Amino acid sequence: MDPTPFIGLSAILFTIGCIGVLVRRNAIVIFMCVELMLNASNLALVTFARVHGNLDGQVAAFFVMVVAAAEVVVGLAIIMTIFRTRRSASVDDASLLKY
Amino acid sequence: MVLFWMLAPVMVLAALGLLFVRKAVHAALLLAVVMVCLAIMYAMQDAPFLFAVQVIVYTGAILMLFLFVLMLVGVDASDSVIETIKGQRLAAAVVGLLFGVVLVVGVAQVTITTVTGLDVANKDGNVQGLAQLLFSKYVFAFEATSALLITAAVGAMVLAHRERLTPKRTQADIAAERMRDYVAHGKPLGPLPSPGVFARHNAVDTPALLPDGTPAETSVSRVLTARGTIRSAPDLADDIDELTRGMRADGEVRPGAPGEAAAPAENDDVNPKEK
Repeated sequence: MDPTPFIGLSAILFTIGCIGVLVRRNAIVIFMCVELMLNASNLALVTFARVHGNLDGQVAAFFVMVVAAAEVVVGLAIIMTIFRTRRSASVDDASLLKY
Repeated sequence: MVLFWMLAPVMVLAALGLLFVRKAVHAALLLAVVMVCLAIMYAMQDAPFLFAVQVIVYTGAILMLFLFVLMLVGVDASDSVIETIKGQRLAAAVVGLLFGVVLVVGVAQVTITTVTGLDVANKDGNVQGLAQLLFSKYVFAFEATSALLITAAVGAMVLAHRERLTPKRTQADIAAERMRDYVAHGKPLGPLPSPGVFARHNAVDTPALLPDGTPAETSVSRVLTARGTIRSAPDLADDIDELTRGMRADGEVRPGAPGEAAAPAENDDVNPKEK
């Protein structure tokens, strides 16, 4: 199997995730887009592990998953706390420090 | 490779949907599609362990957590269309597309000639190979991961925890309050009347009728009243009026008669139930 299409797909998914983070306003959807970017990088890591013929890339992807899980837990707790105080999950409403 | 070309368009479409859907729940489901497809791609690329982890951890745990928080925050919390920074959306799209083009062109220019494949690395099994790496070369990173996970768990608990500001209401408190309400406002001590008693139907959306023929408003759930799915009180009162009128007419025509055979045609459906 030619690895180039996998890397291309990974790049496309990463780009979509990037645009999503910049465009969307809902904090939870932004979080999902970050997850999409992490997943895209995982795909590249797994593909390169196959290209190079060792499992280091897969171990790296595994660590990315673990870190993503921890990040999601803390991030969603923060979103919950913000929602509790400001009654909104939109990133535009969390602008208290601006004034 | 056929599988790849089948999955890749689905993944790209689902990921694009993430940008355009209005509801956050739909975004979460689209992300689930992408993640399951990614899991299949891991399986295609000799990574069965990552396939399992992707399905269990990502689609199973992380996305469920997302949906859980969405339910807590409110499912109908859709995105606002108002741009706080003018032209930010367009600029973001342009910059993102440029980034993507650069990335794809860069990838396309690299030619990967030799693909070693994982047959040698996976000869003892993929899980065993990963375990050997994890517990030898990457053992400190692995230990750090455990510290990270426990910190995250404690952090989430601290962030999500809320101190109770008022004492918890016990059953005795509720009973005492109910008694106080009875003394002060005359609220009924017992349970509310159940719906449909003495009415023409015993469905939950039909208010009970009081002895004087008026519907008892408290006998129907407040939720049903708010939705407007109950049969309205005047409607039922009409029924009663009709019924009493029919009875009176009956009485005038044949006073003292049993009145089962010669009932007027329009009252046919009400009279048998009345007896």
